[in-house]
Amino acid sequence: MTTTAPAPETDRPTREPRQKPERTNRSARSRRGISGWTILILLAGAAALMIFPFWLALINAFKPSAEYIADGPIGIPTELDFTAIIDFWIGVNFNQKLLNSVILSGSVALIAATLSLLSAFAIGIGRIKGRVWILAVFMLAFTIPQEALVYPLFVLSRELNLYDSLLGVTIILAVLQSAFGTYMLASVLGSFPMEVLEAARLDGASRFQILRLIVLPLTRPTLAVLVTFFFIWTWNDFFLPLVLLPSASNQTVSVSLGALSGQYTSDPTALAAASMAGILPALIFFLLFQRTLMRGVNIGAIK
Amino acid sequence: MTAVTPAPPATATRKVQRTTRTPKRSARESSRGYWIYLIPGAVGFLAVVAVPFGMNLYYSLTSWRGVGTPKFVGLDNYVRLMADPAFWASFLHSTAFILAMAVIPTALGVFLAAVLFDYIAPKFGSRAASILRATFYLPQILPIVVAGVLWKWLYQPQYGIINTVLDGLGLSWLQQNWLGDSDTAMLAVMNVLIWLQIGYTVVVFMAGLSRVDPALYEAAEIDGAGWFQRFWSITIPQLRPEIAVVLITTSVAALKVFAPIYVLTKGGPGTSTIVPAYFSYSNFFTTTQVGYGAAVASLLALLVTIIAIVLLRYQTRNAEGFEK
Repeated sequence: MTTTAPAPETDRPTREPRQKPERTNRSARSRRGISGWTILILLAGAAALMIFPFWLALINAFKPSAEYIADGPIGIPTELDFTAIIDFWIGVNFNQKLLNSVILSGSVALIAATLSLLSAFAIGIGRIKGRVWILAVFMLAFTIPQEALVYPLFVLSRELNLYDSLLGVTIILAVLQSAFGTYMLASVLGSFPMEVLEAARLDGASRFQILRLIVLPLTRPTLAVLVTFFFIWTWNDFFLPLVLLPSASNQTVSVSLGALSGQYTSDPTALAAASMAGILPALIFFLLFQRTLMRGVNIGAIK
Repeated sequence: MTAVTPAPPATATRKVQRTTRTPKRSARESSRGYWIYLIPGAVGFLAVVAVPFGMNLYYSLTSWRGVGTPKFVGLDNYVRLMADPAFWASFLHSTAFILAMAVIPTALGVFLAAVLFDYIAPKFGSRAASILRATFYLPQILPIVVAGVLWKWLYQPQYGIINTVLDGLGLSWLQQNWLGDSDTAMLAVMNVLIWLQIGYTVVVFMAGLSRVDPALYEAAEIDGAGWFQRFWSITIPQLRPEIAVVLITTSVAALKVFAPIYVLTKGGPGTSTIVPAYFSYSNFFTTTQVGYGAAVASLLALLVTIIAIVLLRYQTRNAEGFEK
């Protein structure tokens, strides 16, 4: 889904990132006052409300279900109980789903980034004719609702023996996401220093050498952002994997959790355990990629 | 390195080309060889987007159960749609999702970002502000399906947290079957989406505010402007571009919303939370009225494309004004 999408660019005159004068000096602190603390406490309360569901999932995933039934969901468990988590993990063969998701997300991210770089090279460096239109078409590919593609993709992938295979979904998601990557990279490459390219051409560098020896190293930071985003988008993606990967052995984490939400409702801690299993990898990715993600969310914000 | 700042290609490239010193002929010659690098992307686009989209349009003109040969029926599906209350309900619900995913998170996000940036940060230090920001952002890291499963559990009528707590507070008359009652299902789903989206808008708007010249705020403060005056006369006007773009992109996302509905309500009870994406999905794969589902999907694509074009034009126009 598009929730964690990089923020759209907003063009506006940029200023030198001036150091904000230190306003946290003594006089400001002394003016915190009662209203200051009230507002801080209100905000902290709102923030606590935002993470309260996470907290509930955490404590109840490890609570014996008898205790849940007796004392309800709020209390902290008196003993750590891994039954619910283990039941869920084994019941849905979660290791397999994790492996599927890692393979799918990893290969989509790498293939999509490569595709983006190749197309953006032609558009941004090669300045081929009609590039503005080509970019507009790519952009539409990214915005079009997948519902308008899904049935034909379902039919075509069955005819090509790519239905219910990670390979088929990899190709489809890589192409869809590279549309966005092309748009992003093409504009970065469009402002690539011309002198560098001229110099390389004069030295007799071929187009492929320019791509490999000059463009690739210099765009590596941007590519890193793209690869991270593609990985997380694919990890979170639901609709196409749901339709195109029906069998349990091919399902991703998201699809298996989505399938589960219909059943399992008799045991009160089962869904908490399932949520926890879904939250954990997301939390790990967030901690690993925090800086890259924040930079991506703020694309266009840091000029 | 902050190379991730896309300048709209049109204006940027035109400008650079004029200053290129290579003679025109050789420039064109060399640009011809670059086509080859577009081939993988173009082939992929044709196979995954262009051809399937064309096929979908064709399906929308047929009556087809998914097996056998589609029977061409012209615009029958579209005519039928116009008289289908479920179809109108799905698009009406889209406006509720635009409210929940675009309008409310944007309004709350601007306000929270301003409080964090112009009140908490100066008074309590920027560390307090960034901890709060990170907390608001946390739901954003979840795969949307995980968020759905989590909330489905919170809303569960017998043992779910919300009803249990209401019971504990002696407010059991407020208990609801939140997702199972057509009066509350929509509000319950909207609540989840607001919870998910706030983090995104807070982060984007705080980033926007960090670029505003601090002298503006200081001058206003010296002139005796209160917090709300600064909010109305500095924060909102300065964030106008971000607000516009965030509103448009999140509205597009709201029109396409699928996973939360699939996990939380499956469009029900009845059609009380049905949305276009889920409506077309259920026609494709539940009732296998492929032509009918394709017609819904085509109309949704048309609507989203129009909004996307408006967005692209808005961005390009803004950039041109800036270049000159």
